[in-house]
Amino acid sequence: MLLIECPWCGERAETEFSYGGEAGIVRPADPDALSDAEWADYLFNRNNPRGAHRELWNHAQGCRRWFAVERDTVTYRISGSYRLAGDPGAGDD
Amino acid sequence: MKKYSAFSLVRHALSHNRKWREAWRSPEPRREYDVVIVGGGGHGLATAYYLAKEHGIRNVAVLEKGWIGGGSTGRNTTIVRSNYLWTEASLLYEHSMKLWEGLSQDLNYNVMFSQRGVYNLGHTLQDMRDIERRVNANRLNGIDAEVVTAEQIARDIPWINTSADARYPVLGASLQRRAGVARHDAVAWGFARAADARGVDIIEQCEVTGIIRESGRVTGVETTRGTIRAPKVGVVVAGNASVLAAMAGLRLPIESHPLQAFVSEPLKPVLDTVVMSNAVHGYVSQSDKGELVIGAGIDAYNGYGQRGSFHTIEHTMQAMIELFPVFSRVRMMRQWGGIVDVCPDACPIVSTTPVGGLYFNCGWGTGGFKATPGSGWVFAYTIARDRPHELNAPFDLERFTTGALIDEHGAAAVAH
Repeated sequence: MLLIECPWCGERAETEFSYGGEAGIVRPADPDALSDAEWADYLFNRNNPRGAHRELWNHAQGCRRWFAVERDTVTYRISGSYRLAGDPGAGDD
Repeated sequence: MKKYSAFSLVRHALSHNRKWREAWRSPEPRREYDVVIVGGGGHGLATAYYLAKEHGIRNVAVLEKGWIGGGSTGRNTTIVRSNYLWTEASLLYEHSMKLWEGLSQDLNYNVMFSQRGVYNLGHTLQDMRDIERRVNANRLNGIDAEVVTAEQIARDIPWINTSADARYPVLGASLQRRAGVARHDAVAWGFARAADARGVDIIEQCEVTGIIRESGRVTGVETTRGTIRAPKVGVVVAGNASVLAAMAGLRLPIESHPLQAFVSEPLKPVLDTVVMSNAVHGYVSQSDKGELVIGAGIDAYNGYGQRGSFHTIEHTMQAMIELFPVFSRVRMMRQWGGIVDVCPDACPIVSTTPVGGLYFNCGWGTGGFKATPGSGWVFAYTIARDRPHELNAPFDLERFTTGALIDEHGAAAVAH
């Protein structure tokens, strides 16, 4: 089981969290301006890297906030947790 | 290829089984092939076999970074069924089912395909409505399926908990009698041996590190054993599909997740069929050696590590004990994780790509084993003809752009 550090609550067991997939995917500001291929790329395509992965987690059974985690998808080692842009104390996420 | 038969068993027994030939050669890779298949799992080996058998393309190499069948082919729960809801999916899996039914004879290799039936349990009124709908859809597509009642289940599977006060009471099930299990290793070895006998080079310990392209067409692959040229490259690497796609500058609608499974200590015969449950989320059968083979859901996070989290194991065991209280004292002997390539619509991609001569077969997610022969058959057709067969035409990459998804998530007989 992963030990995940919530940037608000500290380290907690994985079972307190729900997973949100790849981080940094921004909904296009004007979907009507996109081609079908661009929309499909936003909607479905993922980097799915073997190695470093920046991903979203939600502290569902805690503070219920979303945040980003940098984790290696092979070793599962977590190298950091980050507050999302717009949250107090956030970096540039 | 020396034919395996009862006679050969006797003959080799007389020489103390010291004169068996290797099942397939281990050739050095040549510099050039007509087709290179990346991935020596069941699907890749089946593709090579059907390329040689159905299309006469024998100058083929199968490149495997580890050993044959060492990935997801050897890391599943070996269930074979074709009771999918949507016509596109059910026809594809049913084609595979028909190949399974003659596979041991076709390959001259006993894949131990055992049509012991698969029950998909319903625990709620809505489950039963979905089951009736799916059974009717299957029958309209010519696939055997029937709805069975809780009384029939109690009679046929005596150890299952069908009491009304269970947290998730068993109300009934769908039953596909032609479904069952097969021996996963034998499937890989059988296809490898039969493909090798038709001239296919199976090259193990050979990892692809790059896909060579010239003016929009593939011309070969870079590997840890040198450059191998080929005008056609078929990639069928399950969980690593996104990694190979990135080598060709493509992005896929796939996420890789760990999927864990378990084998118990051997027991006396206790379960002579396959039981799957969507609501409590687990599936179980008993192998010929007496071990319970148990599986459940994927770990939520992306992972390539071939292992998952402990709470997923706990969840699986809770499901098993809910269904079969009699299993509560059974000890698990082995546990493993495979990497599954999950698509947004829980259906595979067997497709040409924007790169000429490059083909992808991926996205089978949690249910690829059952499709092994059918997947290889349609992928071989796609590579040989440079266009999909009508069975896999709906499963192209374009569907994510056109929106023509085949939504088997929740519609298929088990949650993904």
